[in-house]
Amino acid sequence: MTLQTLWFILIAVLWIGYFVLEGFDFGVGILLRTVAKTQAERRAVLTTLGPVWDGNEVWLLVAGGATFAAFPEWYATLFSGFYLPLFLILVALIIRGVGFEYRSKYGRESWRARWDIAIVISSALPALLWGVAFANIVRGVPLVRDSYGVIQYDGGFFNLLNPFGLLGGLVTLSLFTTHGAIFLALKTDGVIRERANALVTKLGLAAAVFAVAFLVWASSLVNKPLVWVLSAVTAVCWLAALGMNLKAREGWAFIFSSLTLALAVTTLFFALYPNVMPNLNGPDGLTITNASSTHYTLTIMTWVAVVMTPLVVIYQGWTYWVFRKRVSATQIMDAEKGVLDTVNL
Amino acid sequence: MNLDLARWQFAITTVYHFIFVPITIGTGFLVAGMQTAWYRTNNLKYLRATKFFGKLFLINFAMGVVTGIVQEFQFGMNWSSYSRFVGDIFGAPLAMEGLLAFFLESTFLGIWIFGWDRLPKKLHLASIWIAATGTLLSAYFILAANAWMQHPVGYKMNAELGRAELTDIVKVLTQNTAVAAFAHTIPAAFFTAGGFVAGVAAWLLIRKRDVEMARPALKLGLITVIIAFIAVSITGDWTSRIMTQQQPMKMAAAEALYDTTDNAPFSLLTIGTLDGSRPVYQIDLPSMLSLLSTGDTNGVVKGVANLQAEYSAKYGADNYIPNIPLAYWSFRLMIGFGGLAFLFALLTLWRMRKGGLPTSKWFGRAMLTMPFLPLLANSLGWIFTETARQPWAVFGLIKTADGVSPTVSAGSVATTMIGFTVLYGVLAVIEFGLMFRAIKVGPEAITSSPDNEVGGDSTRPLVMSY
Repeated sequence: MTLQTLWFILIAVLWIGYFVLEGFDFGVGILLRTVAKTQAERRAVLTTLGPVWDGNEVWLLVAGGATFAAFPEWYATLFSGFYLPLFLILVALIIRGVGFEYRSKYGRESWRARWDIAIVISSALPALLWGVAFANIVRGVPLVRDSYGVIQYDGGFFNLLNPFGLLGGLVTLSLFTTHGAIFLALKTDGVIRERANALVTKLGLAAAVFAVAFLVWASSLVNKPLVWVLSAVTAVCWLAALGMNLKAREGWAFIFSSLTLALAVTTLFFALYPNVMPNLNGPDGLTITNASSTHYTLTIMTWVAVVMTPLVVIYQGWTYWVFRKRVSATQIMDAEKGVLDTVNL
Repeated sequence: MNLDLARWQFAITTVYHFIFVPITIGTGFLVAGMQTAWYRTNNLKYLRATKFFGKLFLINFAMGVVTGIVQEFQFGMNWSSYSRFVGDIFGAPLAMEGLLAFFLESTFLGIWIFGWDRLPKKLHLASIWIAATGTLLSAYFILAANAWMQHPVGYKMNAELGRAELTDIVKVLTQNTAVAAFAHTIPAAFFTAGGFVAGVAAWLLIRKRDVEMARPALKLGLITVIIAFIAVSITGDWTSRIMTQQQPMKMAAAEALYDTTDNAPFSLLTIGTLDGSRPVYQIDLPSMLSLLSTGDTNGVVKGVANLQAEYSAKYGADNYIPNIPLAYWSFRLMIGFGGLAFLFALLTLWRMRKGGLPTSKWFGRAMLTMPFLPLLANSLGWIFTETARQPWAVFGLIKTADGVSPTVSAGSVATTMIGFTVLYGVLAVIEFGLMFRAIKVGPEAITSSPDNEVGGDSTRPLVMSY
């Protein structure tokens, strides 16, 4: 296996980490106003994310940084090409992160209500746009070779909102929302748990419809038999997640929904390989060979990644162990009150 | 048009991001120190300090995190040609920063915030130290990447692919430009955090609130400011010597020194224009510039005009002179604001000996400026070092003008620039509002040691919730 292939796989792993982890963050954010009605419930829901959301988001930063280091041409063409969607994602991630940290600081009704709406929207928008972006990458986008021989994106913003791209967006949006509901059923107690549990089946079936349509369409585009197989396994995992949820086996449901997301990313990357950004209008696309860094840089980065990634998985896993207890609304004291409402001492 | 907008966007988002960064790095360690004091002595005033400054630290940290994502993305978005040119080298420290530092700080900070009743005291204390160490690591990698832009080493040019390629990662990570930048930036972060803690503690003290906690906190802040200023001066001197060797134009611009001179004076301030004609009024320290930049009062310091001729011959005809008034004034004001905070700290600490406390009006006013002076010095230092490298993005290798994304329209860059600026403006109002409010709310009344029973059942009230 070449180092380029290895890095292609490593970047897939980083995206798997990101979609599995921030995927449920997005879902929880989207469902904030749906599964939680009272202040205590809302705060319980946000508290499930409290210790972990920031660490989850780092998977995106590392995926971005690793792409920059290992495939600079991919990073440059993709980020300058998908300019406005990335801007919208950045704005949403900024508002969401600040929203988590600031919304309960004051008790004021209007303050909290505004942040809650902001959290819902800024969770839904990236959940949708990541799907649009990945669907377009797999389908191929218009690329041209400029006068310096550099492969540039040549499509604009609305070109990305094609039916296949939008379907991809609906897939991630519905998958992440369901994944979030499964996470909440696992991590909360009482009424939130019941509501989340009940939502999973409805949301999950909608997601299944979108996902199956998308995977069939995608598989027919790339003509690789193994993509069909992987798609089928992904679908089976998803049904297993929904089934486990029906039996109130939330731990298993979460494992299966995480597996589904991991397999979905695997399928997309498998469909893509050895391209990283195929050209819709011809053969001149970006591949793991013409987009990559030098052998020397890839070697160094391999050592760093091979040593650090397992360590990260271990200590991040440990965090989830530390905060393994369910959170319930009854544990939130003075839920209506913000820490900055009254002057101390 | 594109270029100007992309540059403004980089300037706005970076200066803004770097308001939160030095406060985070320095305050993280100071809070870790406060918690260690509580752990060792069991004295509750240290616990109150930990929780109070910890709260302020986290309000600030949230902004640092979210504005940091933009930093990594905008290289690819607005500077794709730059990214293609440097990716083989520049991407590596960025990816290392993520893998080694970002995971560490975010994960362990999450544990620290929510782990008060979940972990044994000692492990909980360790989590803030680990998170703080993560911020240091992060600083090192990003400064090494920036140092490579100031002084590229460990690379070769690939003419066929039109890019620079890494040949020696050790050189990139350990060159003196990187080490000096780290040695200068980290004390500057402590300087900022010291000013922040001192200013907040003084505000409480003047209002006679939690004097038992606020007094040692003020002292901690002031001592941090003093030690950090001394360190920042020493490493600043080192940095400027390296700069004189590696980027003489930058030093000449900082001094508005147009003609090569030995025995060069250090200009303290100038009234009039800095365009090379004779200034209206100028205060100089004789021979000081030669001494500062070469270590010898007779050392030769190259002038802007001579360097312009030299670079035109070497790199092709172009304008190699950065914005001189900006370089001149940002350099001076950096030192000036820093020095002022140092003086305030010294005077206050002197008046505090034997249990006294300054009561005069000037004390209140001076302490009100303490959180801001070091921040201004930090920003101005970076504005200086980045703008006075222009027209280069990577010195001698690629000009900023050649780094911009060729396919992104001016309209798109304008959209994102306005978007980020408006969003950042709104968030600044919210953040400052929360910060002032949190200071006004003051430290919690903690009168007994938390029992710290680890684990607990799932019906017990949570110590920390969102």
